[in-house]
Amino acid sequence: MNDILTREEIIAPENIVYERTCLLTDCALSYCPGCGHGTAHRLIMETIEEMNIQSETIGVAPVGCSVLAYEFMDIDMQQAAHGRAPAVATGIKRLYPNKFVFTYQGDGDLAAIGTGETLHTCNRGENIAIFFVNNGIYGMTGGQMAPTTLPGMKTATSPFGRDTASMGYPLKITELVAQLPGTFYVTRQSVHTPANVRKTKKAIEKAFEYQKLNRGLCFVEIVSNCNSGWKMTPQESNDWMEANMFPTYPLGDIKLPKL
Amino acid sequence: MKEIRLMKGNEAIAEGVIRAGCDGYFGYPITPQSEVLEYLMATATEQRTGMVTLQAESEIASIHMVYGGAAAGKRVMTSSSSPGISLMQEGISFMAGTELPCLLLNVVRGGPGLGTIQPSQSDYFQSVKGGGHGDYKMIVLAPASVQEMYDFAKLGFELAFKHRIQVMVLSDGAIGQMMEKVELDDAVPRWSDEEIVKLHPWATTGKTPDRERNIITSLDLNPVKQEIINQNLQKKFRHIEETEVRFEEFMCDDAEYLFVAYGSSARVCQKAVAIGREKGIKVGLLRPITLFPFPSKELARLAKQVKGMQAIEMSAGQMVEDVRLAVNGAVPVEHYGRLGGIIPAPDEVLHVLEQNFIHS
Repeated sequence: MNDILTREEIIAPENIVYERTCLLTDCALSYCPGCGHGTAHRLIMETIEEMNIQSETIGVAPVGCSVLAYEFMDIDMQQAAHGRAPAVATGIKRLYPNKFVFTYQGDGDLAAIGTGETLHTCNRGENIAIFFVNNGIYGMTGGQMAPTTLPGMKTATSPFGRDTASMGYPLKITELVAQLPGTFYVTRQSVHTPANVRKTKKAIEKAFEYQKLNRGLCFVEIVSNCNSGWKMTPQESNDWMEANMFPTYPLGDIKLPKL
Repeated sequence: MKEIRLMKGNEAIAEGVIRAGCDGYFGYPITPQSEVLEYLMATATEQRTGMVTLQAESEIASIHMVYGGAAAGKRVMTSSSSPGISLMQEGISFMAGTELPCLLLNVVRGGPGLGTIQPSQSDYFQSVKGGGHGDYKMIVLAPASVQEMYDFAKLGFELAFKHRIQVMVLSDGAIGQMMEKVELDDAVPRWSDEEIVKLHPWATTGKTPDRERNIITSLDLNPVKQEIINQNLQKKFRHIEETEVRFEEFMCDDAEYLFVAYGSSARVCQKAVAIGREKGIKVGLLRPITLFPFPSKELARLAKQVKGMQAIEMSAGQMVEDVRLAVNGAVPVEHYGRLGGIIPAPDEVLHVLEQNFIHS
């Protein structure tokens, strides 16, 4: 029994092997327990800390669950109107070409109301990063159907399941933007297992590294869960995501840079 | 010796913003103001001053690019005409809520809907009363000449940054398209990034260790805090009403009758005053230059002097409501307007004034 560390020993400086990045604020996350947003936030902020680019980075928060991202990220941030984050980021980046600019958006924001801004910003090849969290539902407004909602999936506005005949099909916007010459690096990842978290971290690092090269837009989709909106436990939602979301939204690089 | 050029109104404001140190223009083509974007592109602003000129995919994208640039402390602008300005109302409301400075130009055409491409003044309510959602005001400048199109570029940016507010130049298809001589002045240099950090400590220029992070947002989920934010906005608007009223008077000293008109209509009324004076009618003109803030106090003062006021607008009667509020029943206030892109003639408006107040 004596070799079990006490709490005091665990938090002793010499025993700390991992800490929250200093670029996440002390503000408690507003996300539901089990949601992937917190991990995605952490990975972006860790990358900015490790690259030492806090003073050169401007982030753009969307409308959706992550509308309050600026409460958690200790960097200069702008909150954009619903779907307009890529236009806002364009305005910043064109006027500060040497700063790092990114948007953080959900699927309703990026692939429904902001489709035009998303496609044209990608098509212009703006040298920004877009981090796109896709959970197939409108989380903040209470679980309504999103453009990425799967066929047959029940939501508050498709209570009998998404009927593709009248409600259309899941929009694979990431595959779409990969077709555009303006995008440089397009990938789809997840944050539901430690291995996937590590891959997503690498993708985020690449997005910031490539931004330095001014070669075009980097687009990182993170397929994530919405256990509250899907009405599941966190574990059930991750299992369901693997079984149902990944076949439609397969993980992996979609467009690799030609360096 | 000042440089003098013969220019269209739309070209004059484009030259004006370059010389006012503008950092970025984001816009989308629409008649009758496409010359603004064309002029900026043809002038190669990036080579000339480093000013960014970008053709966006829509008016919605344009105004949100302006939002991004303004929130980072830059002098930025967009321009459009009525239907395009309607699309921008979302972004304008967000800029009002975040107190971002910018310059907007509306070269008004006749509405509603797609309407016509001829001049109109039917966007007064949208500009002056707040076209987007929420309680807010913009400073609205109404040019009546090509020279003023040029001058209001610099003035607009000055007022925008002085009060952290959106400034709209409310022009029309006639002022935008007609050519007049313009006196140009020397260019104001663009701010360096270091100057922006010093001048606008609120701007999102990248968080440095010497300050807290800057956040540009119009959201506060706490209604008590949101009410305080909104009350502070209202205080700013009241302050602007006290300090920034601009107007021009023409033959008002001994006037018994008064035209009230802005922009193109004021040009028409100025001629009508001259004709009226030749006929022995003591008529004058008050031309509001700022539509918000409106010259209400001056109108209230003139209401003690004149027997009647004749508002002339190329609309069904929008500004006239503010004239009536200012006068508060002290003298009769009549409206006359032409719609759908028709500009009234000087004889026509003088006849209306005579019918309403002299021969009645």
